[in-house]
Amino acid sequence: MSEKYQVSSSPHVRAKDSTSNVMLYVIIALLPAALFGIYNFGYKALILILVTIAACVASEWVFDRIVHRKNSVPDLSAVVTGLLLAMNLPASLPWWEAVIGAVFAIIIVKMMFGGLGQNFMNPALGGRCFLLIAFAADMTNYASSKFEAYSGATPLAMIRNEGLSSVNVMDMLTGKIPGTIGETSVIAILIGAIIMILFGVIDLKIPASYIITFAVFMFIFGAERFNMNYVVAQLCGGGLMLGAFFMATDYVTSPITPKGQIIFGICCGLLTGLFRCFGANAEGVSFAIILSNLLVPIIEKFTVPRAFGVVKVKEAGKNE
Amino acid sequence: MNKYTERLYNGVIKENPTFVLMLGMCPTLAVTSSAINGLGMGLSTLVVLVCSNLLISLFRNIIPNGVRIPAFIVIVASLVTVVQLLMQAYLPALSKSLGVYIPLIVVNCIILGRAESYASKNGPLESVFDGIGMGLGFTMGLTIIGLIREILGAGTFFGLAFLSSIKGYTPATIFIMAPGAFLVLGFLVAGMNIVRKKMEAKGKPLAEPAGCLSGDCANCGMSAGCTGKSQAAGKSE
Repeated sequence: MSEKYQVSSSPHVRAKDSTSNVMLYVIIALLPAALFGIYNFGYKALILILVTIAACVASEWVFDRIVHRKNSVPDLSAVVTGLLLAMNLPASLPWWEAVIGAVFAIIIVKMMFGGLGQNFMNPALGGRCFLLIAFAADMTNYASSKFEAYSGATPLAMIRNEGLSSVNVMDMLTGKIPGTIGETSVIAILIGAIIMILFGVIDLKIPASYIITFAVFMFIFGAERFNMNYVVAQLCGGGLMLGAFFMATDYVTSPITPKGQIIFGICCGLLTGLFRCFGANAEGVSFAIILSNLLVPIIEKFTVPRAFGVVKVKEAGKNE
Repeated sequence: MNKYTERLYNGVIKENPTFVLMLGMCPTLAVTSSAINGLGMGLSTLVVLVCSNLLISLFRNIIPNGVRIPAFIVIVASLVTVVQLLMQAYLPALSKSLGVYIPLIVVNCIILGRAESYASKNGPLESVFDGIGMGLGFTMGLTIIGLIREILGAGTFFGLAFLSSIKGYTPATIFIMAPGAFLVLGFLVAGMNIVRKKMEAKGKPLAEPAGCLSGDCANCGMSAGCTGKSQAAGKSE
């Protein structure tokens, strides 16, 4: 009888999720895109993926050892960072450059700021942008696609230089196009996204607001205005899908409040549209997301939800 | 160690303007895209610093306290003009690559800082040595940053092929661009902090970074207008 009245301190309901569980789901969700990348670009892509993951895990382990922190490799976040970074690299990238990107992502972007949960920027994207600035020529060399018809420029660059008629949207959906290892196949990425949504790893707020904002922006301001085909080609091209579902939804670097998540998605969409329409490059997803990452603390500050039962009191003389 | 060598040690190691005092960050970050640029910038600052310390120290009893800052700036600006014209005449390539940062030496806080905190209170010879020490410290800092950025970002060593001669090597261009300056400076300052901790453990503390230069409020020239007197590390810029 007395047992019923014993109340322990909260929390009373616990989820079974742990960091490593969530990371495992993300890895599983990334597999379709990774496998398609290996099929599309051959064994080079497989080697690059393995090298990048190994470099990420090794640098996390070494850093933990040097600063006498608890070994954080078992939470699998370094594996996810490595896999995501590899998804964002062209298969022809020299392996040592990928290692530098992986070390930068883990050591400088993540561990130096305090490890998982403290990083202000998505480590994989930080690593990619570092490589993009450091080794610009190698990072934009997409020549090694299996499908000869499209070797060379990415569809986004072709749309920009030769117009919409030069690309085949069907091929962009299936992924028979040049690009980075993981970004080419929209279908493979969407399979992964559905897996993550079904397992409750992500919800649709960030990706949906990101993609819708981007589509509206492109519809109004794109090179071919008010043309739905152009918008669809822009949606399927480049890293937009990969970025929206796998990178922008990173727990650490996206807002925790529901309203904030929608504002964050809109920021990503606007910036991506701006970069793609008016920037020097045809692609702008990674820079858009890391810039929005930097806005997250401000977004969270202004979207704190009202606590249940608390009425907002207007303070005299204070106009907010 | 007599007071002249003490001044040199102070400028190069103990109060190194780049890594300890964190003064003159603008040229430190902007012109160090190559070792030769860093060296050129450091040496021109050294020349201006030594001459300005000497002149200000000589005139320290004539300059009225109320207009001392304008007087210092006039002296420094004249010296910078001389250096700038000399560089344009004899080192046109370096002058072109340093660009606007040579005239900007006028407002370099190392020079005004040394004028205010040292030369205006000490004799000419000590001030000259203080200028040499600080100038060498600044030159050393800029050259090291420039050298690291050049090796990583262009693969060359003072313009000579170095890493770039290895086959298949691509230099990481980010290091000769703006982000590289922040990365390299950050790592060097972190390294300096390790050295500082070791020195403190040995009982030979280095100066506190970016605090009052002397920490002595009673004898400080800025005391009248200083708002950070109670704080131990009120920044005096």
